[in-house]
Amino acid sequence: MRQVLFLSGKGGTGKTSLAAAFATLTENKVLADCDVDAANLHLLLDPTVVEEGDYQGSNEAVRDVARCTGCGRCREVCRFNAVGEGLDIDPYLCEGCGACVTACPADAIVLEPRISGRWFTADTAKGPLAGAELLPGEEVSGKLVVQVKERMADLASSAGADTALVDGSPGIGCPVIASIAGVDEVVLVTEPTLSGLHDLERIVGVVRHFGIRAHLVINKADLSPDLADRLERYADDEGLPVLGRIPYDRAVSTAMVAGRSVVEVAGSPAGEAMRAVFERFVRRIADAEREAREGGVT
Amino acid sequence: MPVIRVAVASGKGGTGKTTVAVNLALALSAARPVQLLDCDVEEPNAHLFVKPEIEATRSIVKLLPRIDEERCTRCGACVEACEFHALARMGETMLVYDALCHGCGRCGLVCPVDAIREVPHELGVVETGSARGIPFAHGRLNIGEAMATPIIHALKDEILEDRWTILDAPPGTGCPAIAALHGANVALLVTEPTPFGLHDLTAAVEVARTLDVPVAVVVNRSGIGDEGVEVYCRREGIPILLSIPFDRAIAAAYAVGTPMIDAIPDWRDRFLELGNRLEEVAR
Repeated sequence: MRQVLFLSGKGGTGKTSLAAAFATLTENKVLADCDVDAANLHLLLDPTVVEEGDYQGSNEAVRDVARCTGCGRCREVCRFNAVGEGLDIDPYLCEGCGACVTACPADAIVLEPRISGRWFTADTAKGPLAGAELLPGEEVSGKLVVQVKERMADLASSAGADTALVDGSPGIGCPVIASIAGVDEVVLVTEPTLSGLHDLERIVGVVRHFGIRAHLVINKADLSPDLADRLERYADDEGLPVLGRIPYDRAVSTAMVAGRSVVEVAGSPAGEAMRAVFERFVRRIADAEREAREGGVT
Repeated sequence: MPVIRVAVASGKGGTGKTTVAVNLALALSAARPVQLLDCDVEEPNAHLFVKPEIEATRSIVKLLPRIDEERCTRCGACVEACEFHALARMGETMLVYDALCHGCGRCGLVCPVDAIREVPHELGVVETGSARGIPFAHGRLNIGEAMATPIIHALKDEILEDRWTILDAPPGTGCPAIAALHGANVALLVTEPTPFGLHDLTAAVEVARTLDVPVAVVVNRSGIGDEGVEVYCRREGIPILLSIPFDRAIAAAYAVGTPMIDAIPDWRDRFLELGNRLEEVAR
């Protein structure tokens, strides 16, 4: 099975809209939303939840005030400044490492598991979906991403899917790195702004660091044609193939309001451009596979 | 309230956090002392707009354990104690998985024979300086590193007590966003009037409320999408302090790194007024 991951570095460039377009156009696939902080893909898929479960994130240190002697060892050893002056433990700063548990001479601190969110699988008009949501104020999204991808793998093996389409999160840190494991192709979605270029350079660094093949899509390209050209020059220098330019098109928001992908809207310029991007992507993969086969023979 | 800390956050990425944070800081600086901290250490962008002069750079590290194989008795106490599965024993060999290590130091605390020493490993940097007379700082996570929060906490050490602090928060609702929001007097949530914007705004509001930070909203690209965000804010009693229309002139200025208040000076007063309204909401 081929795993295709949509990333961008910068947020709001159109990852989810493009992922939904690919979901509409790809045969025999499963879907995963790994942007667990701000999961939106399901809003375009009309899902019916099939299975769901609690997600246990990291532990949290809890102090028994009755046992505590007030010695302050916990505060000395905590490297995350989670223990305050009154030796109260701030759950939002606590990393769940347990250094304080080890240090406490009165056995007054224990690590307690916390439920940090829920994962789910769903049936949708565009194929099976695995996703998750963090509870408000909960953390460790990287581990939840790993769980979503495990659910996705289960869905794929029972459906016999050829392709998995994975919507990633913005940034370059923990959830992004967690979503990269096992991926074959990364589709990078950027926009023609200095921020878009700056953030693209960083996410390209991450994708190269993990040695994954990448493709570039320039969204909202007509909002700044000069910067779109500059992005293409950058891509050229980097050896990063450009799958196409998508124009700014209000039909993308209108389709979103209707809970659909813009490729389902007849005659929309962005929808047409996304179809062309998809076709180029499919052709590039086929070419690469043929080259690999022929290279293997000689 | 003498000075306040405003975390400009969003849930959804790309809604215009940096635009709001930069223009708010620049507009306010004419009226009162202010500083700007870009806490999106994974993808920092504020510097592209304010073009700061960086005066100092410091390295932010985590401490990784290194095991003295001579001293180590292979008792396995460190393996047992590590909550992050960063240590393992394979036969007589001790393994440390640097990428999984959070640098908490618990392994060193439990080792009965003092066989663990620690070496620093750089996660990223904090750069400080000034931009147009405003103290400025941002952080930068190194490529391939996963842990952004220690850099955000280090950045927050740059907060000056006698100034308004505008924090440009990372997107999402996970640890980096929480690190930026924690301790703010008000969360200014930037959203767009679409189902994606509304869905992620709802999550961001819940996070801010869990952290006991009052919220206010800026609607960016107003005019696209639907009424969902307005209806939600009315129902929840959340003030919408500013609406910024979708406008190709604003998008063009943004594209090349020109602050809105420079490109379209009418916006200067609106951002100043936004500051005044924030003072009413802050706690």
